[in-house]
Amino acid sequence: MKLDIKNENGSAVAKLSGEIDHHNAKELRAELDRFIVTAQPKELTMDLGGITFMDSSGIGLIMGRCRLMKECGGRLEVRDPQPYIRRVLKLSGIERIVKIR
Amino acid sequence: MEVINEIKFTMPSLSVNEGAARAVVSSFLVQCDPTVEELSDIRTAVSEAVTNAVVHGYRNGRGNIGLTVRLLPDRVIYIRVKDKGCGIPDIEKAMEPLFTTAPEEERSGLGFSVMQSFMDKVTVRSAPDKGTTVTMRKRLFAHD
Repeated sequence: MKLDIKNENGSAVAKLSGEIDHHNAKELRAELDRFIVTAQPKELTMDLGGITFMDSSGIGLIMGRCRLMKECGGRLEVRDPQPYIRRVLKLSGIERIVKIR
Repeated sequence: MEVINEIKFTMPSLSVNEGAARAVVSSFLVQCDPTVEELSDIRTAVSEAVTNAVVHGYRNGRGNIGLTVRLLPDRVIYIRVKDKGCGIPDIEKAMEPLFTTAPEEERSGLGFSVMQSFMDKVTVRSAPDKGTTVTMRKRLFAHD
């Protein structure tokens, strides 16, 4: 699991790669929350292009960050999920609260 | 039940073993030459079942999780995930989408929904303080 965050003028992209499950979601959550709270970006995009596996732990991760971004006055987007990860996203109905590109 | 091939695997309820369980299942399925989608569906369902055992079954301590994967006739994959943890008092409620007893861990309550969507059949047997057994089946597409 790898996380690389780039922030330019309040618009941040968090590039995730590897697998998201319950085991590693905890660490990702801590790192992302630390960034959101300290940098207070207006927009955060979670780039899932490098994610090779994700179960419902990823849904919890995205929903939690969406909530925190709203609390901090910003908004979250998700981009580039692989087709099989898009199916998990679709099943959860998360598309109703988070834009997925 | 005629079994063509079978693998049994026991692991302690450590979260790192969620990935190990997926790897075991992936290795076993190589012989069936599944599609990318089938492999992904089964890996995801197994991940959900094993995570449930780690997070909920053994919420009060550590125990063992048994994983059985079988290849049955007609390219049917049978998977059983068994724990001897705290059990589920109300299975129907536990299987409701978005129901979770661990919101502080950001559990989305979608584990059983994912298993049911990605597999053909999911059965849950559980008794308080005895444990939980999840069995799942999926028939793979026939090859030419």
